[in-house]
Amino acid sequence: MSNTTMTPGIQPGRLPGENLDVNFQDLHPPLTPHEAHVAADRCYFCHDAPCMTACPTSIDIPLFIRQIMTGTPEAAARTILEQNILGGMCARVCPTETLCEEVCVRETAEGQPVEIGRLQRYATDTLMARNSHPFARAAETGKRVAVVGAGPAGLACAHRLAMKGHDVVMYDARAKAGGLNEFGIAAYKSTEDFAAREVAWLLGIGGITVETGRSLGAGLSLEQLKQDHDAVFLGIGLAGVNALSVAGAEKDGVVDAVSFIAELRQAEDLATLPVGRRVVVIGGGMTAIDAAVQSRLLGAESVTVAYRRGADRMGASQFEQDLAASKGVRIMTNVMPVAVHGNGAASEVELEYTQDVDGRLTGTGETVRLVADQVFKAIGQTLQGAPEGLEITRGKIVVTGGGRTSVKGVWAGGDCALGGEDLTVTAVAEGRDAAEDIHKALMG
Amino acid sequence: MADLTTTFLGITSPNPFWLASAPPTDKEYNVRRAFEAGWGGVVWKTLGMEGQPVVNVNGPRYGAIFGADRRLLGLNNIELITDRDLHRNLEEITRVKKDYPDRALIVSIMVPCEEEAWKAILPLVEATGADGIELNFGCPHGMAERGMGSAVGQVPEYITMVTEWCKMYYSKPVIVKLTPNITDIRQPARAAFKGNADAVSLINTINSITSVNLDAMSPEPMIDGKGTHGGYCGPAVKPIAMNMCAEIARDPETNGKPISAIGGITTWRDAAEFMALGAGNVQVCTAAMTYGFKVVQEMISGLSQWMDEKGYEKTSDFVGMAVPNVTDWQYLNLNYVTKARIDQDACISCGRCYAACEDTSHQAIDMSIDRVFTVKDDECVACNLCVNVCPVEGCIEMVELEMGALDERTGEIVKPYANWTSHPNNPGAIKAAE
Repeated sequence: MSNTTMTPGIQPGRLPGENLDVNFQDLHPPLTPHEAHVAADRCYFCHDAPCMTACPTSIDIPLFIRQIMTGTPEAAARTILEQNILGGMCARVCPTETLCEEVCVRETAEGQPVEIGRLQRYATDTLMARNSHPFARAAETGKRVAVVGAGPAGLACAHRLAMKGHDVVMYDARAKAGGLNEFGIAAYKSTEDFAAREVAWLLGIGGITVETGRSLGAGLSLEQLKQDHDAVFLGIGLAGVNALSVAGAEKDGVVDAVSFIAELRQAEDLATLPVGRRVVVIGGGMTAIDAAVQSRLLGAESVTVAYRRGADRMGASQFEQDLAASKGVRIMTNVMPVAVHGNGAASEVELEYTQDVDGRLTGTGETVRLVADQVFKAIGQTLQGAPEGLEITRGKIVVTGGGRTSVKGVWAGGDCALGGEDLTVTAVAEGRDAAEDIHKALMG
Repeated sequence: MADLTTTFLGITSPNPFWLASAPPTDKEYNVRRAFEAGWGGVVWKTLGMEGQPVVNVNGPRYGAIFGADRRLLGLNNIELITDRDLHRNLEEITRVKKDYPDRALIVSIMVPCEEEAWKAILPLVEATGADGIELNFGCPHGMAERGMGSAVGQVPEYITMVTEWCKMYYSKPVIVKLTPNITDIRQPARAAFKGNADAVSLINTINSITSVNLDAMSPEPMIDGKGTHGGYCGPAVKPIAMNMCAEIARDPETNGKPISAIGGITTWRDAAEFMALGAGNVQVCTAAMTYGFKVVQEMISGLSQWMDEKGYEKTSDFVGMAVPNVTDWQYLNLNYVTKARIDQDACISCGRCYAACEDTSHQAIDMSIDRVFTVKDDECVACNLCVNVCPVEGCIEMVELEMGALDERTGEIVKPYANWTSHPNNPGAIKAAE
């Protein structure tokens, strides 16, 4: 192994394996039982708790924390999972700093919220370590529901439907179920193959068949699905990526951040994963931060996130921005890409400074060039492969109430559906609620 | 700088903090360490009669209850009196007293309720040069089964009788240590002073089961699958101990008599509170067992700082100052009206005051959609529950309504002092003089 952080170009093995192991450890290591007890003791058991209101899945947070405090983390897990079957993953990836923990009264009082996310993980990990499934199916209804997309929305929908006694066939385009949990989250947020283990555990409810490698337009049609099933749920996410429309965007080394993240998550050996010496990430959301931080952790010498607006407009939370900064990522704001330079492969990114004039972003004319042998595009994902006939607004499937689309018998939820933030936890809530609505519709 | 030197029963110690008779004071090694750490006095762990000493269990002796972060709130024990040879203890006491003449050294004693037994041991104790004795009429476990400890403390006549023997066969101060496992603490206190005790000390430990092992279905501490009631102590017992101390201090029969207070004293403030309720000094055990002997240094500095702030020069300046304000319910001012006031700047909107008031009290707190909590004066009875459940100290206060102000709850004007004894609803009310 001769590569180092200084090796030019896009190279694997910039860091020794043991450094990679350390770099990609759990971002928030699990709490020990004593730590959990101490952390749980800090909860005030608020009336009509703000944290619970802030949670898109409305988990009864004060109750589950009290259950931990009294030595019954398994009961706590049940409280969580009744509302959010992917409570284990959400404990790891939720931006708690902008949800439950942001509104925790301890945050108000001391600037130090109760560690709700880590407590949730403690509870769900404890229960899942028992290797048993806490819910049982109702009597079979004989109804069959198709769930397209095995990401958070689809999984939550499928589980709730199965629990209600329906038979579910879940289709996914990829070779593995899990969606963004499996392919789209920074590795240090879901260690030890947690996403896959969680899917396997979730399927323990029974009544769910998973068919991978199948997607709408590639072997599946909505018409056929409707004919073969009593209802269809679409949780197809945002499979497309926005193009970078600047000169030189086609050069080697300019790639989608989501592909890089997915590749990294599936890599058997991180030392084989190539990364640039000098990386520039275009964008300002969670995906941009995930790509930037992981580039640094793989051994990139310098990593810059270039975002076109001010820091206050970034999609990535303050916590994520701080995390990136702590890993040595430089965040440039108010710059937009105007060109990628290089002879065949990218060698520089040219950025123009921007200003906000009456809410409109305009270039100032002043530019700067950053040396870059790898450029990640993280400028947003788009709906792709949505079937004909569905009403689409602002690039999303229009839904009403419990996820009903404009087509009878078809529901949708998660990132592909209009409304709500594009978060795992929101997708879970939408999948769950759609399942409840489907159940109501099917059972009259 | 305040002088903490305290003279109790003529025994002077550099501060009012004594270690109570208990495991920490069982032998020379510990007591020397305690004195080096700064303790003003020590009550040596209870000596028994000559001959084969008692034995202790060889399993766990202590059980506990915890607060947040495993903070020890209450401890119980089933340890008996000293299980070391009487003469060895006496030799050690003699040596320690000789080396620490400025510290108080009291010897705790428990022998059977027979005059001969006391007559035999008292001269031996007198010969050590110790400053006084404390009669252990308190331990509720083990020794009580043998007719000693609390078995004596629960019978006032025995207390008087034994105290009289001690005064007869011993020349220095006699302190009688009382058990709280009794309905009216004034009875044993009166009995002790009737027997010419120089002081009473209280409380000894409270009969208790601190926990049950739900797998073994046995109380803990568990000895081979079984448990027994033990003596409860630590911060959790302090309110009970303070009431008993106050009851003796304000009893006309014992008012002004010396009290050495014991029961959950953990900080300087606890000590100051007991002393304000009439205790001439305090005895500590659980705090030392939890944190080690060094804890006395905080007690010393804290009490000294507080006394300076208040302008007290010596401990006797404030001893008993709160006693006149301990009264019966019937004399409380029924025309004293307060209302809860929530400081909106301090409020963190947890809503605990609302839940407590709405569910369990008087529905006197309003909650707005944006989680602003306000008190409804026309419903507030000033029960103080909101203050007690609020996690932010000082956020909710009880504000007094001035004389002549309108109490919106009752629709009445706040009037001058009047209590139950003259209240029209009281069938036995004394009609106010015309």
